[in-house]
Amino acid sequence: MDKTQDQSKNAKIVKWLLISISTLFIAVMLLLPLVTVIIEAFRQGFEVYLKAIADEYTVKATLLTLEATLFAVVINTVFGLFAAWTVTKFKFHGKKLLTTLIDIPVTVSPIIAGLIFVLTFGRQSFIYPLLEKADVKIVFAVPGIVLATIFVTFPFISRELIPVLEAQGTDEEEAAALMGASLPRIFTKVTFPHIKWAFLYGVVLCTARAMGEFGAVSVLSGHIRGKTNTLPLHVEILFNEFKYVPAFAVSSILVILAVIVLIIRSVVEYHGKKDG
Amino acid sequence: MKRSKRVIPGFGLSMGVTLSILGLVVVIPLASLVVFTAQMSFADIIKTITRDRILASFRVSFLTAFIASLINLVMGVILAWVLVRYKFPFKRILDGMIELPFALPTAVAGITLTSLTADTGLFGKFFGIFGVKIAYTRIGITVALVFIGIPFVVRAVQPVLEKLDASYEEAAGVLGASRSKIFFKVILPEIMPAALTGFGLAFGRCIGEYGSVVFIAGNKPFETEITPLIIMSELQEYDYPSATAIALVMLIASFVILFATNLIQARSAKILKGDS
Repeated sequence: MDKTQDQSKNAKIVKWLLISISTLFIAVMLLLPLVTVIIEAFRQGFEVYLKAIADEYTVKATLLTLEATLFAVVINTVFGLFAAWTVTKFKFHGKKLLTTLIDIPVTVSPIIAGLIFVLTFGRQSFIYPLLEKADVKIVFAVPGIVLATIFVTFPFISRELIPVLEAQGTDEEEAAALMGASLPRIFTKVTFPHIKWAFLYGVVLCTARAMGEFGAVSVLSGHIRGKTNTLPLHVEILFNEFKYVPAFAVSSILVILAVIVLIIRSVVEYHGKKDG
Repeated sequence: MKRSKRVIPGFGLSMGVTLSILGLVVVIPLASLVVFTAQMSFADIIKTITRDRILASFRVSFLTAFIASLINLVMGVILAWVLVRYKFPFKRILDGMIELPFALPTAVAGITLTSLTADTGLFGKFFGIFGVKIAYTRIGITVALVFIGIPFVVRAVQPVLEKLDASYEEAAGVLGASRSKIFFKVILPEIMPAALTGFGLAFGRCIGEYGSVVFIAGNKPFETEITPLIIMSELQEYDYPSATAIALVMLIASFVILFATNLIQARSAKILKGDS
């Protein structure tokens, strides 16, 4: 009797010890940095904060970031839907190779992602004379930033959809097809209701990552203020100029986006568990 | 047989769209890396990557990434255990926070961790009492990489723990095994493949990480200069061959890590499927 009582007492101690370690770790490593951004942003009051947000270069950086993000989300959404449909609804050779290729952008360093676009469109590339003739600038210009953003967020939507569609199988689509439903009809009436939450999360995650991309964009941007500067690059410049309050003020925009991502993720997970 | 395979319409269309976008965004840029590399001589590549400063950067990058991933391996298993097995207040918030490093832009994480651990920051002041410097040292790089790597092990281990059959543990308990013995002999072997998968993914991500590290590293040659930063500075000097040679080493390293991780993952997938 004594032994089992001892054991359950020990178990309780271990339980609360592990919970404390976990809570402390998350509080220090994750929560504190998040709170720090907000505190630092408002350190000199609300007016200074607003001034930093409304600064001409901040507004221009925001616009460029939104432009790159829009391209990335639209292209990766189209790709994500078609790729997930291809991979999960059909059997074909080379599927493994296809999924590996789709995942490459998130496995390479963002700096290397930037490098390969410099090699493709930069001065030493064989396309460069053609680009010059057509007067198109890609490297150190907006198109390069857009391309890099598309690349680094490439698999985010297909990645969320593939596991859900795989678990759902192909029976319902086959039944609908045999009854004569067209492709758009099967997709919107049969498939999409299953993936709507995963799709939403994928789009939001893609948006957040596109807005926050730093390394790859940094390689391809000429760092020209007001021209090729995105929000994260603007944060870097402000921080390196010791303008800490504006740096954190601009960061706070990106932090709010991150928190929205986290909230949507837990909603998606909740619905996923309820449906499954 | 063939007919039942393709009952669902749209194979040609969705495959076509998938391959076109994949080709434009991923395959062509990667091919240009291959083309550019083929123009370099092997001797030149070796000469570039064996420069003292480059070798030192490999050491810094791999060492800090390895230590950070080890810390995340241990903390990840503890966190996954706590989140799956225990009930306590604010558990869902804790669970949601795990994803923060995926959602928060790396540059924002970088400047925040730097300001917290610099001499004037909250942690910088505290550890300064003991004469420990965090920001602008290798410890600082490791801290940033721990932050980046948190989600990988937790998210890999959680589903395995959820599926793990409690009857083995109960059997071991009935047979008189102590709780620590049950954990190390029964549970740990089951979750190890998943934990190592998470470790591999974190390690791969950490060696290429740029945004969160550049601010906190101080970037002193031979001391705290990471490899992605060297590639970045070679690019800024338009030394593309040199940047490409160093990038190749990083790419090969991350593919080896990815390959090893996939092997382990195949084993842990078997465990997951075996229960359902």
